[in-house]
Amino acid sequence: MSIIRAEHLGFNYVKYSDSNESEETVRAVENVDFEVEKGEFIAILGHNGSGKSTLAKHINALLIPSEGTMWVDGINTSEEEELWKVRQKAGMVFQNPDNQIIGTIVDEDVAFGPENLGVGTDDIWKRVDDALAGVGMLGFRDRSPNRLSGGQKQRVAIAGVVAMHPDCIVLDEPTAMLDPNGRKEVLEVVRELNRKEKVTVILITHYMEEVVFADRVFVMDSGRIILQGTPREVFSQVETLKKYRLSVPQVTELAYELRSSGCDIPADILTADELVEALCRLN
Amino acid sequence: MGELTLGQYYPAESILHRLDPRVKLVGTIVYIVGLFQVSGVFGYLFAAAVLFVLVFLSKVPFSHVLKSLKPVFVLLCITMLINMFLIPGRVLWSFWIFRITAEGIRQAVTMGLRLIFLVMGSSIMTLTTTPNALTDAMENLFGFLRIVKVPVHEISMMMSIALRFIPILTEEMDKIRKAQMARGADFESGGLIRRLKAMIPLLVPLFVSAFRRANDLAMAMEARCYHGGDGRTRMKPLRYAAADFVAYGLLAAFLAGCIVFRVTGL
Amino acid sequence: MQIELKDVSYTYGLNTVYEVSALSGINLSVKEGEFIAIAGQTGSGKSTLIQHLNGLIRPTSGRILFEGKDIWEEGYDLRELRTHVGLVFQYPENQLFETTVVKDVMFGPRNQGLSEEECRQRAEEALKLVGIPEELLETSPFDLSGGQKRRVAVAGVLAMNPEVLILDEPTAGLDPAGREEILTLIRRLRDRQGITIILVSHSMEDVASYAGRMIVIHQGKIAFDGTPRQVFAHYRELEEIGLAAPQITYIMHALKKGGLDVDVNAITVSEAKRSILLALAMARSGTVHV
Repeated sequence: MSIIRAEHLGFNYVKYSDSNESEETVRAVENVDFEVEKGEFIAILGHNGSGKSTLAKHINALLIPSEGTMWVDGINTSEEEELWKVRQKAGMVFQNPDNQIIGTIVDEDVAFGPENLGVGTDDIWKRVDDALAGVGMLGFRDRSPNRLSGGQKQRVAIAGVVAMHPDCIVLDEPTAMLDPNGRKEVLEVVRELNRKEKVTVILITHYMEEVVFADRVFVMDSGRIILQGTPREVFSQVETLKKYRLSVPQVTELAYELRSSGCDIPADILTADELVEALCRLN
Repeated sequence: MGELTLGQYYPAESILHRLDPRVKLVGTIVYIVGLFQVSGVFGYLFAAAVLFVLVFLSKVPFSHVLKSLKPVFVLLCITMLINMFLIPGRVLWSFWIFRITAEGIRQAVTMGLRLIFLVMGSSIMTLTTTPNALTDAMENLFGFLRIVKVPVHEISMMMSIALRFIPILTEEMDKIRKAQMARGADFESGGLIRRLKAMIPLLVPLFVSAFRRANDLAMAMEARCYHGGDGRTRMKPLRYAAADFVAYGLLAAFLAGCIVFRVTGL
Repeated sequence: MQIELKDVSYTYGLNTVYEVSALSGINLSVKEGEFIAIAGQTGSGKSTLIQHLNGLIRPTSGRILFEGKDIWEEGYDLRELRTHVGLVFQYPENQLFETTVVKDVMFGPRNQGLSEEECRQRAEEALKLVGIPEELLETSPFDLSGGQKRRVAVAGVLAMNPEVLILDEPTAGLDPAGREEILTLIRRLRDRQGITIILVSHSMEDVASYAGRMIVIHQGKIAFDGTPRQVFAHYRELEEIGLAAPQITYIMHALKKGGLDVDVNAITVSEAKRSILLALAMARSGTVHV
């Protein structure tokens, strides 16, 4: 059974004008259907305002669909009495690392979720230890979050979700405010969780480079999923991606340019190694 | 650097650091109550002796404890001056409308000493207890107020969130100040009104940012299943150890001692 | 020389236990009209460095000259300096505060003591330059999109007519479309207005395609100073200090190793394409002749 399923999902929000007189209904997500299997790594791409964050917030019931249905592990997120169950099953990591850490000490922050779930003290300690070890932050457990780098803070935030033992983690642009090294740290941790702990991952990003390792990629624009497939399938559509103002990684762009100039290389090149290999074969 | 000035926790390995925060909170209250019981010279000597022993036990350098007086120094001076000049009694010295009386001096010294002991006594608590442990202690000790509908858990949650965000907002304030200075803003010159007006480009962005952060944080808390204090467990629940009971005993003895001083008037 | 730094050092919390050296012995000169990129890891001292250039931070030792004059000399007008050397901080939209877009941009010129009319004219020009449509001038800056807010904030500095514009990671947190808009704007400012640009950036790809000169800061010192091509040739050393070269550099080196005679100094996609096509053609003609 799929862990996440969306059927004809639509979401509207009402925008008020300055004078509060007129209101305008804005459609942020439009008739979206998708399914995610347990253990999958899904990446959702799209520029700001494409509806990707709105869609993500439906997965852990921070938003309830205006139309259609969202199921998480078979639970309909619109059912109010199941709210906390949904949120335990689908954890969420946000963009700004400072604005999602609640505790003044690293391990106390990681304990926040389990404490809310009413987990016993001994079990909390075990969960916190495991979660911090999982993101490589065990050595920082007594520190103040304010003294950590952006990447480290984001790893603490991930540990905070992991300690709730979710089936699935949704990460809403977790790397947008980080430097390249921070981005690398966070992505490695996320891939590790997916590979070793078999946690389902939904990664929302606008960095194309970050989705190369995903099992499937959804590209969103104006509230719809406009492209869907393996990274290889999606990356080969350079022109479509450019049309939606998504920048492609340099490797992809170079491969595309070379192909357009008549080089006989495959259309679905994903990594630098593949490109080098293909070109050297030509030689 | 903001954190250093906040809560002024001084990390060290001492008996006082290890005590349960509830004991320290109760202890501070008891010390202050005791302080207002004593009035004679011996009473103050007793209070001072207790204070010195505590500072010694805390392993916090004495000069560090003294620093806690700095922010209240002006208040201290004003209190003492007001007492000195305004208490009627036997006039020792007068000039124009000012009179210094013997009672005034006595009162000024008493108030001064009380204030100094009070501030130093409570700073021993804040120096040896992390702000977090302190909010925990408050939530636990004042938990009974829930019966009369005081949102004890919520207040303590608000306090710990404030503790986490004050350094962040301080840093942000500094960034905004510099950004506006880069646009030619002048925060240093001009009269009071002009300076207040110059604060607008600082305060508006700070509030906007604080609200945005509050919004984000509320969402993050909800996403992590926060739904108030009901049914919440604790990772680090407060548990009394043997030393804590001994400390409570000593506190009772201290209070009794102060009352003796009050009764005897020493 | 427009800006000169002579043996500049800066220490945070001097004479306290928390003393940290942020910059040491920086020597640097900036010529008019240059496009300089500053790269370095977080905490390398690059943010501290740029705040020295407009007098927001006073160096612990060393001298800073703007157009030949020492900015820390008695009587030097630092506020005036800041109108010549504009500084756009990271996430500059966080400084917006006025009720309308145009008023916010007028803040800078107003601080310069210009007349209301002049302020308004400057603001309108600056907003036009950054591509904010006229109908948005009277709306609240808080109602704009993220990319628009950032451009308004940049206009807020541009309205003071600076000769040097320093930008600290102006594309941080923006989506690809927003990033491109900002970078195009910066290039246009340099090419058309002749403004000297100093850009702090984490993106080596952006540095490679925009900057004419690249300075790498590491542990408070200048590690490299040269054209991006020269600096990226040291890509192994860059990695050792936690940085990287553009993806293209790695591809070119791998191709060369794989036997294709390409120019390893190509740093942009178009340079790489040209070089690869040429190398392939050469190889092919080579085999024909043999």
